[in-house]
Amino acid sequence: MSIDQSTAAKVAKLARIKVEEDALGALASEFNTILGFIEQLNEVDVEGVEPMTSVTPQRLKRREDVVTDGDQPAKVLANAPDAREGFFAVPKVVE
Amino acid sequence: MTELNKLGLAEARDLLRKGETTSVELTETCLSAIDAADALNAFVHKTPEIALERAKAADARLAAGDAPAMCGLPIGIKDLFCTKGVASQAASGILEGFKPEYESTVSQQLQDAGAVMLGKLNMDEFAMGSSNETSVYGNAVSPWRRGNDDAELTPGGSSGGSAAAVAADLCLAATGTDTGGSIRQPAAFTGITGIKPTYGRCSRWGIVAFASSLDQAGPMTKDVRDAAIMLEAMCGHDPKDSTSADLAVPNFEAMLTGDIRGKKIGIPKEYRMDGMPAEIEKLWADGAAMLKDAGAEIVDISLPHTKYALPAYYVIAPAEASSNLARYDGVRYGHRATLEAGDGITEMYEKTRAEGFGHEVQRRVMVGTYVLSAGFYDAYYNRARRVRTLIKKDFEDVFAAGVDAILTPATPSAAFGLGEMTDADPVQMYLNDVFTVTVNLAGLPGVSVPAGLDAQGLPLGLQLIGKPWEEGDLLNTAYALEQAAGFVAKPGKWW
Repeated sequence: MSIDQSTAAKVAKLARIKVEEDALGALASEFNTILGFIEQLNEVDVEGVEPMTSVTPQRLKRREDVVTDGDQPAKVLANAPDAREGFFAVPKVVE
Repeated sequence: MTELNKLGLAEARDLLRKGETTSVELTETCLSAIDAADALNAFVHKTPEIALERAKAADARLAAGDAPAMCGLPIGIKDLFCTKGVASQAASGILEGFKPEYESTVSQQLQDAGAVMLGKLNMDEFAMGSSNETSVYGNAVSPWRRGNDDAELTPGGSSGGSAAAVAADLCLAATGTDTGGSIRQPAAFTGITGIKPTYGRCSRWGIVAFASSLDQAGPMTKDVRDAAIMLEAMCGHDPKDSTSADLAVPNFEAMLTGDIRGKKIGIPKEYRMDGMPAEIEKLWADGAAMLKDAGAEIVDISLPHTKYALPAYYVIAPAEASSNLARYDGVRYGHRATLEAGDGITEMYEKTRAEGFGHEVQRRVMVGTYVLSAGFYDAYYNRARRVRTLIKKDFEDVFAAGVDAILTPATPSAAFGLGEMTDADPVQMYLNDVFTVTVNLAGLPGVSVPAGLDAQGLPLGLQLIGKPWEEGDLLNTAYALEQAAGFVAKPGKWW
C-alpha cells in the first residue's frame, strides 16, 4: 500500500492539520516508511484471535448517574484563548 | 556529609527524621543546583516559591512527629502532569500558557505524602520521542559525556528532563511516564533506576494523555529502594480513572530483602537482536550470572511475537494519540492561530494544529488518523490489536510455566549524541524502544537498573519484567541485581 500526495492531503484534512502543498511529497514519503514498517504485521497469523480491548482483565467500574461536580464556569473558561460572557468564543460556524 | 542534593530519597528521609537536616535546607540546595544547571535544560518551569512553602510545611510536620512517607523530599515533576496553577504544557506549543485549575492524582498523592515540587521537567512533546529532541523547550541534555568528548548527548526520552535532573542531582527523584519505554530508556541512558508499574497501578487522571491503553506513570530515582518508596506514594485506586485498579498497595520497600533464592528468571531468545553491540550482549550475560550467583535459576524462554511489538505499537499508539489529541483545537485552552478575514472554524482548527504541534506529533496524529480511517481500520488497527493479544499471551505462557521475572537489556545501545539521528528515518528512532515496548503492550511492570558502563564511559541498563501487580517482587529482584552490579558511577560535572 503506497500513499500518494492526494492521500496525504486527505489524511491531513481528516486530522485537521494544515499542510502546505509543497510539503505533501515529503509527508507521503514519511508515511510510506512508517507503513512499510507496519506491513510486517501481515506476517502474523491472527485467525481466531480477539482484538485486545483491555490489557487487564477488569470490568470498568460504574458509578451512580448523578451530578458530582460543576458550577464553576470561571475555572472552566480560565484557559480559553477567547472567552466572552461565560462562553467559549469561536469564528462564525453557521451562516 | 555529602552535598544534600546528592542524597537519595531514603537517605534524606532518614536524616530529616533524625533532625540532622531540614526540608528547607534540602530544597534550597536543590534549587541552587537547578539554577546552576541551565545548560542541561532539564527544569523548564521552576517553582521555587511553591517548593519553599511546601518545605516549610514539611519541616513543621516533621517537628510535630506527623511526617508522611515522603515528607520534605524535593522532587521534579514531568511537564506531562497537570499541576494546579503551574504551567503544564506537555512540552508542546499548543499548550502554551496553559495553567490547569486542577492537580493530577499522582502529583496530588506525592504532595499528600509530603514531597516538595521543585518545578516541571523537560520531555519530548506529548511524550512522543526517544531523545527529548521534539520538545518545544529545546533539547534536554544528558549530564553524561563520552570520555573527554564534549559533544552533547541525549538523556533519552520521553522523560529526558526527569532523567537528566536525577542523574545530575538537581533533585532527589522525579516522576516519569512510560508509553513505550519513556521511563526505562532514559533511566538506562543516564545511569538511574526507573520503573513502569502494571497498567492500572497509577491513576492517569490529570496526566496529559498520549495513548491511553499504554500510558503509565512511575518514579525515576537514584536507586531501587527510592523507586520502591516513591512508587508506593504514586500508586492506588482512583475513581477518576476508570482503568485504575482497585487493589491494595503493598509496602514495596519492606519487600526489599535481596533474597531471590529459587526465583526463576527467564532469558528470552528473541531479544538477541542481529547487530546487537557486544557490550550489550556481555552486560546481559553478566546480569544473568549475577542473578544466578544470588540463587536464582536462569532459564531460556521464548516470546515468539516480540518482533511484531514495535509495528503493533506504531499502529496502536498513534491511533490512540490521534483521538486523544483531537481536543487541541484552539477553543478551550492553549494556542489559537491568528486568523485571516474570512477564515471559519475549520481554518482555525487546521492552522492552530499546524502551528501548535511539532513535526513528530503531527506525523503521529496523521498516521493514527490514517490507520483508523474507513477502509483501513481492520487492516491496520484491528490487526494490531490482535497481535497485541498474542504478545500478551507470550508473557502469560512463560509466567504460567513458572517464570518469576524476565531479564533483558533495557536499550539496544548507550546514549547517542543530540542531532545524530536527525537524518535517520523515523523508524530508526523508534527502534530505541525495541526491548521496552512489549511491556506496555502486555500491561506488565518493568524496571530498568543501571548495570555497567560502555567503553566510552556511558551507562548501560538492564531491564527486569515482572508479573502483573507484582511490583514488590520485581523490585526485590531489581534490588538483588543492583547489589550485585554495584553501579556507582556518576557523570563528571561540566555544566
